[in-house]
Amino acid sequence: MVTLLTESGEYALAGTEVSTTALWCPAHEAEAATGWMAKPEGLCKGAVCVPLPAGHERELVDGGRINLAALWRQLGQPAVRSERGHVWVLSESGRERTAALASLEAPDFALPDPSGRMHRLSDYRGRKVFLVTWASW
Amino acid sequence: MVIAVAMDSREGDPLPWIEAAKPTYPTLIDREHRLAELYGIVNVPQAVWIDEAGRIVRPPEPAGAYEGFRQMNRVTREMPEEVARRTTQAKALYLDAIRDWARNGERSAYAFTAEQARAHLPAVTEDIATAQALFRLAQLLIRRGERDEAERWIREASRLHPDSWCIWRQGAGVTELGLAAQPDFWERVDRLGAKRYYAPVDIPGMP
Repeated sequence: MVTLLTESGEYALAGTEVSTTALWCPAHEAEAATGWMAKPEGLCKGAVCVPLPAGHERELVDGGRINLAALWRQLGQPAVRSERGHVWVLSESGRERTAALASLEAPDFALPDPSGRMHRLSDYRGRKVFLVTWASW
Repeated sequence: MVIAVAMDSREGDPLPWIEAAKPTYPTLIDREHRLAELYGIVNVPQAVWIDEAGRIVRPPEPAGAYEGFRQMNRVTREMPEEVARRTTQAKALYLDAIRDWARNGERSAYAFTAEQARAHLPAVTEDIATAQALFRLAQLLIRRGERDEAERWIREASRLHPDSWCIWRQGAGVTELGLAAQPDFWERVDRLGAKRYYAPVDIPGMP
């Protein structure tokens, strides 16, 4: 069992094969966790498609599986893992974070209050929000 | 409205503070420092002003904090009078600015135009993006009891993103008061030299 953290949350992936460089994931699980899926034109998320590099197609898609680590490298996005490969984080590049901020649309997030209830920033649309961080440390 | 977010990976740590404050607004706990990842936050208290349409009016900036603590007597914890005055002044100016924006919205002198807001955005480098991913990885490993490996990843995250006090202090040891202010903290602060601990805030009169 591999635990995968993505922008949308935490996923327990069964039937996943890992090595130090690969994260082979059944296509339906890859799609649920990341939104990416294999199509005739390549690997796609929504309207965005990335063609598979010629001669290296099998490094990214093989049978019903997608190598998410290779896809993330192809996209130039951070893919980090624990030493044993049982926990992976697939996140977004600095370029994308910077572009998202430059749109001035406040990035949405979901975080719990002390009772465990989740709050999204977008729940408070229509009001001015003073979003302030602090810490016990 | 206020949304206060504790950048605390040990989720029990902020609870006594929240209970004592009896807040009337949401207080959230950000164990993985997602706000640092999404907004480029590097220290606390940093704040972001967001308007009714969900647009960033002022990007992350120190929320009325002045780094007077650097001039504190580290034995007696006394502050020179002039430094104490500037600390009070920074807080007062910032609170006035927030109130002005709350009343006047985009007509407030403190609400940035889109162009000004963009000019104040933090730059997220690829090293910073990787550092925040490693921090999330480390937090998940800690929750699974794999603390030794997690600490290695936090050190690596701090190496990749040295400007983040959030990463460094969260990974540091704490005093009996729960503060990451042991001798290694003061050494790191002193190494800043002329560099600010809290970035300057673009509000007239701010120290």
